[in-house]
Amino acid sequence: MKKKLTALALGAMLAAGPAMAELVVPSLSYRTGPYAANGIPFADGYADYFTLLNERDGGIGGEMIKIVECETGYNTEKGVECYEGTKGDSPMVYEPLSTGITYQLIPKVTADGIPMHTLGYGRTSAKNGAVFRNIFNYPANYWDGASVAIKHILDQEGGDLKGKKIALVYHNSAYGKEPIRTLEELAKKHGYELSLLPVDHPGQEQKSQWLQIRRERPDYVIMWGWGVMNQVAIQEAVNIRFPMDHFIGIWWSGSENDVLPAGDKADGYKALTFHNLGSDYPIYDDLKKYVVEGGKAAGAGDQLGTALYNRGMYAAMLAAEAIKTAQGLAGTSAITPAQMRDGMEALEITEEKMAGLGLPNFGPAFKVSCENHGGDGYAAVAQWDAKAGSWSLITDYMQSDQEVLAPLVEADSMAYAKENGITPGCN
Amino acid sequence: MPDQLLFAMEVTLNGLMAGVLYALVALGFVLIYKASGIFNYAQGVMALFAAMTLVGIMDGQVPFSHLINAIFGTDVHHFGWHLPGLLAILLTMVVMAVLAWGVQQFVMRHLIGQEPIILFMATIGLAYFLEGVADLMWGSEIRKLDVGLPQGINETIDGVTYDMFGYGFFIDNLDIVATVIAALLVIALVIFSQYTKQGRAMRAVADDHQAALSVGISLNFIWVMVWSVAGFVALVAGIMWGTKSGVQFSLSLIALKALPVLMLGGFTSIPGAIVGGLIIGVGEKLFDFLFGPMLGGATENWFAYVLALLFLVFRPQGLFGDRIIERV
Repeated sequence: MKKKLTALALGAMLAAGPAMAELVVPSLSYRTGPYAANGIPFADGYADYFTLLNERDGGIGGEMIKIVECETGYNTEKGVECYEGTKGDSPMVYEPLSTGITYQLIPKVTADGIPMHTLGYGRTSAKNGAVFRNIFNYPANYWDGASVAIKHILDQEGGDLKGKKIALVYHNSAYGKEPIRTLEELAKKHGYELSLLPVDHPGQEQKSQWLQIRRERPDYVIMWGWGVMNQVAIQEAVNIRFPMDHFIGIWWSGSENDVLPAGDKADGYKALTFHNLGSDYPIYDDLKKYVVEGGKAAGAGDQLGTALYNRGMYAAMLAAEAIKTAQGLAGTSAITPAQMRDGMEALEITEEKMAGLGLPNFGPAFKVSCENHGGDGYAAVAQWDAKAGSWSLITDYMQSDQEVLAPLVEADSMAYAKENGITPGCN
Repeated sequence: MPDQLLFAMEVTLNGLMAGVLYALVALGFVLIYKASGIFNYAQGVMALFAAMTLVGIMDGQVPFSHLINAIFGTDVHHFGWHLPGLLAILLTMVVMAVLAWGVQQFVMRHLIGQEPIILFMATIGLAYFLEGVADLMWGSEIRKLDVGLPQGINETIDGVTYDMFGYGFFIDNLDIVATVIAALLVIALVIFSQYTKQGRAMRAVADDHQAALSVGISLNFIWVMVWSVAGFVALVAGIMWGTKSGVQFSLSLIALKALPVLMLGGFTSIPGAIVGGLIIGVGEKLFDFLFGPMLGGATENWFAYVLALLFLVFRPQGLFGDRIIERV
């Protein structure tokens, strides 16, 4: 009897745990709640890319990828619960898609030896890999975004911003406050006047902020918003007739969801991006053939080509390429989270590699190293064409002002190291 | 006239308009609380559900299409029609009446005589249930709501104030429409409750439901009616807020804006909801204008609650609420 029970328990354990020949990639998604409209396309893109690799290539290096999706509802506590519930499965990498969850997970993943990737969000100074050994935020971070926005405005103004007024409308949270220091430093360098306009969560009522903008008439407005705040801000800008081509959002304020409610009048609104947009890439043929038409899409299959679907797919592509790199370094296909970390640190994305994946010119080339977990800080500006209902890039990828940003990253990461008793180092 | 005074006048006018939008949400709470003593936590979600249903009906979307397709392997999404706004509003009102009947039949009827906290908990459950049903029925996408309401700066006010002061005031056309609709809604509700048989029965139930029952008033009918009217008010609030931001799940959070209005105006007074909304709207906007720059901005949310708390200290029942008398 005892033997039977032991055998049963063993069997149950084997059935419940991941199969040996699988690499587990958790997806901390949010398909419900106020931010679901943004969470769904990202989660679909993330999952569909791995499904494509499984269906078309038989996984990566012969190892099938198992996506374990966990609903966070964009809630930090639930995100931490998802992490605790999945960390025992030897996860390859976490992509929490929330700055709040990221901040909670930084000490946890570091202690557990699991890598975390925060694609264009999270803690900016995690770029310093000598301090944040397990955190990666390539290819661009918030400070890069702020700097590229100013570079674009410089281009528009013939290289001189002296006497110009720039307003930052931001979500009154850790996320929204991220660009302030950078914009202040850049104001000292370029001589523009910066005004700060915080918007409380969720951002449905912004009359005060936009009346102030109407009174003060800034030359440009930069927005750091998320969710309903974006749609309301764009509508209010339309209402006060603020010129849309002088209104620039961060990449999290640049999805179709943000501009469609304002209709035709959102035409000309600009947003930053660190990857290309639309679905005119060879990989979409494969996604349709192997994933959508095969009935294996993570969602309804109706999000392909949207800005956030592309971002989710891009995040998955970067994770998959890091897995390949890690497998090469480790000499085995069944890698561990620690080996995955090493793979992420040795990741190199080249144009040749992206073209081979069916994503030619999809994003900037970059190389990760221990000293630089954040890439080279390239971003471009996209503009919304309301008639066509699509985004298009109107600039080349521009590098952020490293002369200003590098000391900020160094100072902030070293302060973190001091607070947490971390000895920075790459050995 | 000094610029600061002109700006303060503009902010005050916009505060009044914003207050009307808050009051629209608060009205739904008041109606149900007045008639049944239930603080309906689900009122914000009802506004969301109503707005999503309206857009779904207008666009001819098949309800539960994702679920149907997943179970039966079909590929149905749309009926292929696009209904005019008014017809869609009427159909949505029917849906809200059916919802009211369902709430009464399956939830509230079974909880008659329970403590208010139990009824409150039931409405919390109802809120989450409704949110899930709305998601299943219509999906999570953000959708544009266009029932023909004007939006953007009112040119006449802009021009007239510019001629008078040399500075044109910004007033949103949508806010003007919301003010007119809110005024009509309050007049209709007052006429309904004062001059119709059902309205008088509703007031009788609100005063003492056991006495009302003893003279032959059907509590079941009255409560279905009250939830239906609250559903209609939620639809109006959903249209106004949904037109501003698109119809999306954040709409349910507009209830947060109604709470200080209720604390200030009282839970049992329709005029209280309106006056409370106006005071909160003007108060938060003016405070932000005058003191926001010194305090780092974003003062509106917390200031509304501070203002409401101040009123609570001196009048716990709110400005227009029934006086609380307990005999021992």
